[in-house]
Amino acid sequence: MKNFLARRLLFAILSLIIASMAVFGLAHAKEDPINLFIQPGYFVSPETLEALKAKWGLDKPLVMQYLTWAGNMLRGDLGDSVQQQRPVVTIVGEKWAATAQLAGIAWIFGTITGVPLGILSALKRGSLLDYSARGLALAGQSLPAFWIGLVGIWIFAVYLGWLPVFGKGHNLPFFEQAKHYVLPTLVLGWGPMAGYMRITRSAMLEVLDSEYIKLARAKGVSNRMVVWKHALRNALIQPLTIAALLLAGFMDGAVLVEVIFAWPGVGRVAVEAVNQNDFMMITGTVFLFTFLYLFMSLVADLMYAIVDPRIRYS
Amino acid sequence: MTGQTESIHTSRTTVRSFIRPFSRSWDFVRRWPVIPAVVLFVLAVFALFSPLIAPDDPNDQALRSSLAKPFWYTDYYENDRVGSKIEKPHILGADKYGRDVFSRVVYGARISLSVALVSMISGTILGAWAGITTGFYGGLFDELMTRFVDVWNALPFLLIALVVSITIGQGVFIMMILLIMLTWVGLVRNVRAEVLSLKTRDYVLAARVAGASDIRLMYKHIFPGVSNLLLVLASLRVGGLILTEASLSFLGVGIPANVPSWGQMISDGRDTLDDAWWVSFFPGLGIFLTVMAMNFLGDWIRDRTDPRLRQLRD
Repeated sequence: MKNFLARRLLFAILSLIIASMAVFGLAHAKEDPINLFIQPGYFVSPETLEALKAKWGLDKPLVMQYLTWAGNMLRGDLGDSVQQQRPVVTIVGEKWAATAQLAGIAWIFGTITGVPLGILSALKRGSLLDYSARGLALAGQSLPAFWIGLVGIWIFAVYLGWLPVFGKGHNLPFFEQAKHYVLPTLVLGWGPMAGYMRITRSAMLEVLDSEYIKLARAKGVSNRMVVWKHALRNALIQPLTIAALLLAGFMDGAVLVEVIFAWPGVGRVAVEAVNQNDFMMITGTVFLFTFLYLFMSLVADLMYAIVDPRIRYS
Repeated sequence: MTGQTESIHTSRTTVRSFIRPFSRSWDFVRRWPVIPAVVLFVLAVFALFSPLIAPDDPNDQALRSSLAKPFWYTDYYENDRVGSKIEKPHILGADKYGRDVFSRVVYGARISLSVALVSMISGTILGAWAGITTGFYGGLFDELMTRFVDVWNALPFLLIALVVSITIGQGVFIMMILLIMLTWVGLVRNVRAEVLSLKTRDYVLAARVAGASDIRLMYKHIFPGVSNLLLVLASLRVGGLILTEASLSFLGVGIPANVPSWGQMISDGRDTLDDAWWVSFFPGLGIFLTVMAMNFLGDWIRDRTDPRLRQLRD
């Protein structure tokens, strides 16, 4: 187990290093990298320019530049946002909570709908419920999240007027604020729900078909016991272990959903940074997301290793 | 003997003769991917003959038909709007610049399908090459490639694409390269695993003993063994590629603004959602139908070629 942990940790660090190299390489792919640190079209005093060059080591060879850059990152200095003239870390710190709340709630929604739907549709295989649940899951994988978000706004906010159009609803009473969460949660949670449903369903079907379930049935164990005790406990291993991975997969979805619903989170900051050519801001958010993503996959692997001993030795 | 089967057959047909014509066609629809094929055929016709089908130039702006309504809003077209009567109705309306939505959807099919197909085909070729060579030769090359693929899969793709758009720029070609990078790494692992088992089969060993060169072994003996897998994987991934391309274009970092693409049209329609729902709705419907059809077709190909591969999606 210790060995496995060490290997996974090493791999995560290696991934982070390669990701940083990729971003660094991209930054130097086209033009003079100093342009990434200053706002184009604005006057910058020679002193500031010199200070920036010294800080990021831009007059040194490429390898040294990378090391300075990586060193600054390691010390938690992600640079300053060109647009806002503030440290990237501060901006991300302000916006972080909103993204985490949305992702957390959508994740809970996906779990508490997807897993039971998967179980039910496996138990009632071939029924109307099974077909509609599978249709829902297939739609979840085929619908563009940003489009269904817009259609949701159009129907529920513009046409029916039931829900607010955008924003997080700061300083509103609880019930009013909760309304702001409905559409983003549904849109962000649909994909994971589909994932949970498909995985739970196939795991449950596989377990129900296994020898020990047949033995339990042959012994005369009641159907209820067979389903809830013998089958479910084994079938839940897979959805449990992908839970962390699904949360990591929210990174991509969060960017889109935050843009559609004008949600004041990190994903929206990243897209705005692209539109404003704010390089340090975008690298900062990319690193944060990559770090979280790797951390989540590490957690997922560990959970899998704890639950399933075979993984540890492979 | 024959009489007996005859009688069973006839008794069945008398019972079912009432619904038989209907159930025959239903069976046909269930067995063959009729609906996805029709959808994809229409889209392919759109893409191939867009200049012939589209009534207008997709980039033609006409302020007098700004936010013109779809053709079924007959009162809109009957009433003379203060000296600015529109001569011909826009089938699916027009956006705020007066560009015909239907023409843009038709041209959008061209760009979406061509980007997805080119990336899918080149990505599959690259992935097949990488998977077969790594699996066949093993050793250091294999080790490095596998690690690289693992790292690449651990990175948040959408955000990397954001960095690329800000550092390198955007264009149809860059989009294709990005999608190829996304496709081929996804294939390597599966292909490699299959090759590892194929290369120890007796027929491959026999060919080797007979003096076949490495190239011949890979091309003539191993490649046919993984071709089914490649077909299934490729067809299952096209939908995802179209979704990714649309997401990036929606965020404004994919297909450049002067080329009509579905994702960007949805983004265009966001501002006018309360007056003109059709601007965002129809391109999104196009994406949804395409991806759904691709996914159905992929599932069908998978079940047809090899039901063992079921786990690739579930």
